[in-house]
Amino acid sequence: MRLFDPHIHMTSRTTDDYEAMRAAGVRAVVEPAFWLGQPRTSTASFLDYFDSLLGWEPFRAAQYGIAHHCTIALNPKEANDPRCTPVLDELPRYLVKDRVVAVGEIGYDSMTPAEDTALAAQLQLAADHGLPALVHTPHRDKAAGLRRTLDAVRESALTPERVLLDHLNETTVKEAKDSGCWLGFSVYPDTKMDEERMVAVLRAYGPEQALVNSAADWGRSDPLKTRKVADLMLAEGFTEDDVDRVLWRNPVAFYGLSGRLDLDVAATEATHEGNTILRGAPKGTAPAGQE
Amino acid sequence: MTHSAPSTATPLPNGLRRDLTPPARAWLDQALAEAAQGMTPTTELRLAEAARRCGRPHADTARILILQAAHPTPADLTRVYHRGTAEERRAVLHSLPHLVAGPEALPLVEDALRTNDTRLLTAALGPYAARHLSAHLWRHAILKCLFTGVPVTGVAQLAARAHGDAELARMLADFAAERTAAGRPVPDDLHRVLALTDPEAAPPLPAPDGGGPHGKES
Repeated sequence: MRLFDPHIHMTSRTTDDYEAMRAAGVRAVVEPAFWLGQPRTSTASFLDYFDSLLGWEPFRAAQYGIAHHCTIALNPKEANDPRCTPVLDELPRYLVKDRVVAVGEIGYDSMTPAEDTALAAQLQLAADHGLPALVHTPHRDKAAGLRRTLDAVRESALTPERVLLDHLNETTVKEAKDSGCWLGFSVYPDTKMDEERMVAVLRAYGPEQALVNSAADWGRSDPLKTRKVADLMLAEGFTEDDVDRVLWRNPVAFYGLSGRLDLDVAATEATHEGNTILRGAPKGTAPAGQE
Repeated sequence: MTHSAPSTATPLPNGLRRDLTPPARAWLDQALAEAAQGMTPTTELRLAEAARRCGRPHADTARILILQAAHPTPADLTRVYHRGTAEERRAVLHSLPHLVAGPEALPLVEDALRTNDTRLLTAALGPYAARHLSAHLWRHAILKCLFTGVPVTGVAQLAARAHGDAELARMLADFAAERTAAGRPVPDDLHRVLALTDPEAAPPLPAPDGGGPHGKES
């Protein structure tokens, strides 16, 4: 089984997670730029983060045989902070990089005028750079947030098939599907969606436009949720082809719109001990990236 | 600037010309022609997009050729490095011996040596570091190679710099003792470098440190 987690914040995860993900079948991830769990106070903080998403994190992932790409954006929450909004002027230099496969996460948090401005500007940046957009739908006032999101998308230069609406649930999936956008679902231990509800939504709305992610980050979350959904899909009568479509081909199709998806994990020559990420590896154990 | 500007675009090496697809070849020819006009925002875009235009196996070579064609100043190289992905940073590091005569770009080498990304460590220890890196930082770089599993065979001028270096020999011996005390294996490369520090051994012939577009000669 090959799995693609199209939304996971690996910067917040450990090498144990990478190892477990690889063992579960995860071969590719996309890490969207988001907030850190506490506020940033300057543009420079974003730039260091973007550098990490384009350098260190793909290197870590490659040690475990996982292809890592990212999306770059000013996130909705920090779009409200004047200390952060100047990063919008820095985005073009990052949006041309080889492993950037979308603009994201953009969208609404509290649905403020500042968020309207940042969302419209970044949808335009996506169009200008030939990139699709990963659009987060708000956790509070979700149904109204989805409608406002769809209005912004319709007013943008992007066609719906170049937009992935994320964090959908039972109350928003129908309207999102009717829009023609790709449908993203974040499966969490308690909130957002769980495996059973996810499988029910797939049964009701079909696997054609659906992507499933763990959205695992620094909060309570589970980087193996993609595998757990795949297992439940099979147990509930979906075919292996359905699983492959939702958990591999759909994310490949969406992020492939960038023309920048490169799923061969570069063989890395790192066999680290001591002061590196594989420190303490059992004697004689090759890193997963060298299999 | 420590060089004269080129008057024509850089020709592609024959092997690369054969291996690239026709669209990739056309893209690279265009990028090199643009670069021959000097470092511009377009040149920096070409450096950023090289892998998706040429294919990742050819991206390093393409970036190095573009940098050499553009004849960037140390300030240009510093900007490209700090604004670059790990791949772009590696191309800058490989290009240093061909583009910067003096020690002005050493801060980039030192930045790369502070990372734990073995691709950057490897690229940092080319002929430019061999020529300019201080003895103290060079010795620590060798130890870092042993820690991180970067093969020392890729370190430029290893034999020449290690020859007769009693301080490096002491550091290697201490490291070996620490490993042995912990019941952990001593890396094979440690013995190789330790042998090179022997002042009684025949000194190595000085090796040329210029060369091909990869800057990997060592």
